[in-house]
Amino acid sequence: MKTISKSVPKRDHAEKISGSAVYVCDYPTEGMLFGRLLRSSVPKANLLGVKLPALPEGYIYIDKNDVPGTNEVWMILKDTPVFADKTVEHIGDPIGMLVGPDEREVDRLLAKVEVEYEELEPTFDARQSSVVFFDYGYEKGDVDKAFEDADKVYEEDFETGLQEHLYLETNGVIAHSKDGKIHVHGSIQCPYYVHKALVHALGMPREDVSVAQDVMGGGFGGKEDYPSLLACQAAVAAYKTGKSVRVVFGREEDVEATSKRHPSFCNYKVAVKDGHVTGMKIEVLYDAGAYTTMSPVVLQRGIIGAPGIYTIPHLKVHGQSRKTNTVPNGAFRGFGGPQTFFAIEMMMTHIAKDLGQDPVDFKLRHVAKQGDLTSTSGKHHFPVPIPAMMDAVVKASDYYTKRAAYKNQTGRYRKGIGMAAVYHGAGFTGNGERDIIKAVAQLRKDREGNVEILTANTDMGQGLFTVFAKIVAEALSLPLERIIITYPDTARVPDSGPTVASRSVMAVGELLRRAALRLKDEWVDGQEQLIEERYKHPEWMIQFDLETFQGDAYPTYSWTVNAVEVEIDTYTGNIGIVGAWGSFDVGTPIDENIVIGQMEGGFVQSLGYGMMEKMTAEKGRIRNNKFSDYIIPSSVDFSNLQVMLHVEDYPEGPFGAKGAGELPHVGGAPAVLDAIENALGVNLNKIPFVAEDVMNTLREVSR
Amino acid sequence: MTQEIRFNLNGSDTVYTGNPADRLLDVLRNELRLTGTKCGCKEGECGACSVIIDGKLINSCLVAMGSLEGAKVLTIEGCTKTPQFAALDKAYESVSAVQCGFCIPGMIMASQCLLANNPHPSEAEIREGISGNLCRCTGYNAIVKAVGTAAEEGNGLW
Ligand code: FES
Ligand code: FES
Repeated sequence: MKTISKSVPKRDHAEKISGSAVYVCDYPTEGMLFGRLLRSSVPKANLLGVKLPALPEGYIYIDKNDVPGTNEVWMILKDTPVFADKTVEHIGDPIGMLVGPDEREVDRLLAKVEVEYEELEPTFDARQSSVVFFDYGYEKGDVDKAFEDADKVYEEDFETGLQEHLYLETNGVIAHSKDGKIHVHGSIQCPYYVHKALVHALGMPREDVSVAQDVMGGGFGGKEDYPSLLACQAAVAAYKTGKSVRVVFGREEDVEATSKRHPSFCNYKVAVKDGHVTGMKIEVLYDAGAYTTMSPVVLQRGIIGAPGIYTIPHLKVHGQSRKTNTVPNGAFRGFGGPQTFFAIEMMMTHIAKDLGQDPVDFKLRHVAKQGDLTSTSGKHHFPVPIPAMMDAVVKASDYYTKRAAYKNQTGRYRKGIGMAAVYHGAGFTGNGERDIIKAVAQLRKDREGNVEILTANTDMGQGLFTVFAKIVAEALSLPLERIIITYPDTARVPDSGPTVASRSVMAVGELLRRAALRLKDEWVDGQEQLIEERYKHPEWMIQFDLETFQGDAYPTYSWTVNAVEVEIDTYTGNIGIVGAWGSFDVGTPIDENIVIGQMEGGFVQSLGYGMMEKMTAEKGRIRNNKFSDYIIPSSVDFSNLQVMLHVEDYPEGPFGAKGAGELPHVGGAPAVLDAIENALGVNLNKIPFVAEDVMNTLREVSR
Repeated sequence: MTQEIRFNLNGSDTVYTGNPADRLLDVLRNELRLTGTKCGCKEGECGACSVIIDGKLINSCLVAMGSLEGAKVLTIEGCTKTPQFAALDKAYESVSAVQCGFCIPGMIMASQCLLANNPHPSEAEIREGISGNLCRCTGYNAIVKAVGTAAEEGNGLW
């Protein structure tokens, strides 16, 4: 273990544990107006009119006509309106906002607003949708020949459901209007995304708009795209009233109206010859919801990872994301990866079983090796440590013994063990880092020799400020106390890019390390100094072409192997987790505790995704909008969960670090489903798989 | 419907003059500006609003002010002044158990209440003791470990 990996107290520890940290909901509200959104109650309609009750003085209603710039939220595309224009496209689509000095009065008035709709035929099933938002595909080798030559062809369909972030702190922002300038702060994962959206919607010069992050109660992607919309709405209200406007959601509104993980439908056709997979034809469909938000990039990641960690010589992969009249689905830890990795892991397991081979052995025979071509004909430039990690997890979980012992059980309680191996491509997909993000990071030294880190990256609890400070302190050989880092405000930090895609440590951390080395070289005592570093694309990368999907989609990969053991009560369907083991390679951990915390937290979310977290919608209305009916893991659900770290240094990352945050949310779901299959002696193709699915499956089997 | 309610808050005698149906959580956060107690759901399901009332761990979002007459209420702000908090603080810090922090004041109240009733809990008892407090970030391992460490290191405090 390198010295930098040794854990230090987290920078935000003291203020958070004592309750003194100020989250957006904690600001004093004197003199502020409270905003509440008027939302569509129907899934698709022409908007005919809004009838307001008599509004007392100080209460006003704003809508699309009040947007001073363009009524568009600029995310990747601009199709999300700030407020609905002529139509509404999903239940909860924002139509307008009522603001006033008393929150309860605003609620009371809002309940009296009448909206006149002309209802239109909605689409809820992506498979039936005729509106294709995005369509991508790629090929490798000669897939038709592989299928012609095959001695066996397998075909299966897979489905994954919605997943809600359920960060403990709901979305919220406060917008201030003063001297012709707009300042928005709140629970914001990507301040510069919000800045871009505000400048566009308000039609104001860049320098008159600023965005700051408050202490944040979790994000997981859920505060990546959504705050752009919410900030525009609050800022329009602040602009119109000249006052500060606060919008903080209650839990139900947050669950019903904000983004979730894309549900998916995948079809896999697999050609096998001499017991070896030679080709795959994969169709991927992601349900985007009503607007495009992050869907293009989510889909890209989904199809690139669709053949998993395996080297498949012949491939044809095609993916679409289509519109439905449901809440837009957006970014969520893993970002399109968990859906297709679930499918490929189950597919490989099912083929192995049919061939009479152990799935772990079968998978190991197909795992990519350093130098192999990737799915998009880029290259695995670095070692693939899966065999060693698999070995560690097999030993820790006693996989082979248990797998054999758990065959053909008949009693009330049945055990099973399963395994999955996956990757997460570290950083932005393709050339995003070079062509779109163009990150800039700065270090500012004051006369006393303290060094401030200036980046736009946010600490949502994942420990980024601690990690950045450690990188800079180490490179400068300075004590940690001399490094300053605070919550970013676009008015004072350069755009180092968003805090997404497991890129912050790997890409921005490396900029900071290089800046620190330069500062060390150029250090002059007693003087203020500013050092700036800009992103440089690794030269050895094979250029990625987004038109053809060819080249290196990612510079490197983080790897993980997960095993899960379950015990199922066949009388109640209850799925108990006996143990969960994971080996994770995120390169050098910059802080061991922090990395382990990320792995544990993500692993638990992924298990929740696989076997607990069921979100259903009826005619476009989300039914599970509370903690009491959308069930996430509690402290008693996964008691024996063990995380091991495997370190494969990445030479382009700071001190060998690569992407970490999302990796643990990819493999838990297929591992637990494999374990359930082992226990029940069936093949499964769908997550989430909860108690009622166990009962249904048992009924079908006994028929 | 205004009433005077007398109770003890973090060691000080307090009078609340207001509607007895008001929720303790709202009164703490909005009227008394004690914002360490968090609101995650307002329906008694997440534990972010946990306080200790007469030695019991309670979700303050479900407590009507009228029920507090004569009660002793401890919030995170009062808890931080105790030696027990110092032990928990140190233990949580040593394993970096605080991520986004939104669940953490509630977790500390749960940890404190658990150890007050059971100074030497097993791992299973710790997990049970904090099971009403949801955390979406940590996966709970670090928190469970921290409570165990606090129990050991702070031996005699509880
Ligand atoms: S806010 Fe009280 S339990 Fe969630
Ligand atoms: S630390 Fe984020 S919810 Fe517990």
